[in-house]
Amino acid sequence: MKQIEQANNRALERLLAATPVLVDVVPAQEVISNLKDRMILHAGPPIGWDRMCGPMRGAVAGIAVFEGWASDLKVAEQMASDDAFDFQPNHHFNAVGPMTGITTRSQPVMVVENTAFGNKAYCAINEGLGKVMRFGGNDREVINRLRWLRDSFGPAFGSALRHIEGLPLKDIVARGLTMGDEMHQRNVGCSSLFLRALAPALAETVADRTELSKALTFMGGNDQFFLNVAMVLGKAIMDPVRDIEGSSVVTAMSRNGTEFGIRVSGTGDTWFTAPVEMPEGLYFPGFTAEDANPDMGDSTIVETIGLGGFAMAAAPAVAGFVGAGEASEAALTTRAMSEITISENPEWTIPSLNYTGVPTGIDIRRVVETGIVPTINTGIAHRKPGVGQVGAGVVKAPMACFEKALLALAERLGVS
Amino acid sequence: MKNEEPTELLSSSLKIVNIGLESFSQDLQKQGVSVIHVDWSPPAGGNVKLANLLSKLGS
Repeated sequence: MKQIEQANNRALERLLAATPVLVDVVPAQEVISNLKDRMILHAGPPIGWDRMCGPMRGAVAGIAVFEGWASDLKVAEQMASDDAFDFQPNHHFNAVGPMTGITTRSQPVMVVENTAFGNKAYCAINEGLGKVMRFGGNDREVINRLRWLRDSFGPAFGSALRHIEGLPLKDIVARGLTMGDEMHQRNVGCSSLFLRALAPALAETVADRTELSKALTFMGGNDQFFLNVAMVLGKAIMDPVRDIEGSSVVTAMSRNGTEFGIRVSGTGDTWFTAPVEMPEGLYFPGFTAEDANPDMGDSTIVETIGLGGFAMAAAPAVAGFVGAGEASEAALTTRAMSEITISENPEWTIPSLNYTGVPTGIDIRRVVETGIVPTINTGIAHRKPGVGQVGAGVVKAPMACFEKALLALAERLGVS
Repeated sequence: MKNEEPTELLSSSLKIVNIGLESFSQDLQKQGVSVIHVDWSPPAGGNVKLANLLSKLGS
């Protein structure tokens, strides 16, 4: 259909023309308009307390204590069930968050500006591995780390970025793909490149040597530090692709631990949802699939721009880590994803595929026709509040989301 | 009617391409028969309504 092809070409042009630059780190309330007191942004499509999964409830309780809205976790849970908090999706505020994705007003958020279009996107700072709030952790250690991010690391991070007048991100991703990263479950190369780019500026702007040492140690000790950067650059890239009449390109995929949701350019900001699936993966010692929570997080924005599972061929080490088969089979996943996308990204190429660009622009028509759904690399949270990450794996996007979106697009175009 | 071609077919080793149901190719492999499997399914998994829409939407 000519109208769809033209609309998708426009979507692709916008997607590829994007120029994301990390410009600042500031308290969320300073940049996210309408982020009010006692408002809690979460991952995925809209959901209330009554339907939230265990780790998301754990994170909600933890953030309420962190923000000073509740004296302890029990009080926070009672307040949540009494409708004391306003729950809203990150995506409705130009933001994203990994796993539980909790974002509130005093948390420091990274600000990425897509300078080609002038839009901005936001994401909190990656807390590190193990027991962290994004996986539902909420004890004193977790909350004290958030306080340090708010009071020390966040301001230092922002000063360093302003000192270098922002950090362009596209080239870092391009180099990361040549270093074995796919930017979802492997960010070793990008996190290292990022630290290398930022460390001199931190040394210039942080006067206190102890704080400088803590900041560098924190960044250097977290292989997944770049995950949140990849997510926020993904959001900044995809937002200008929204609302192109007739386009069948997916602009967001996201999960709240209960439902998986997608948005499509030609159907506005409507969410098309279906029950979220369980990841299949490998578990840390002492944990099994029985401990796992269903799939969760806004991090699928990474796959939406052609990275993560779509770039599996660039990261054969990930295939083993997430239990997706032999390293030699990683290319099969990327090739399968090229069946459901409209093009490749010439700036983000994969050496082992003779520098073929990552599959770019998920077309809901191709998903429904082929029966091939997006493959997502993901972390796995414990299903109970307060425990944290228990493994990593692969999960498929539910076909029902794409079928619903196709029906809606057809109706909008007057096709029956 | 000449019958050289069928005779040749039956006396030579089989060259099989299986399209669709993978279990057919797996059964042949279990019997030591060489087979190439082509992963194929009908458009939209056989959902007629969606397949008709796809044909109009130009997938």
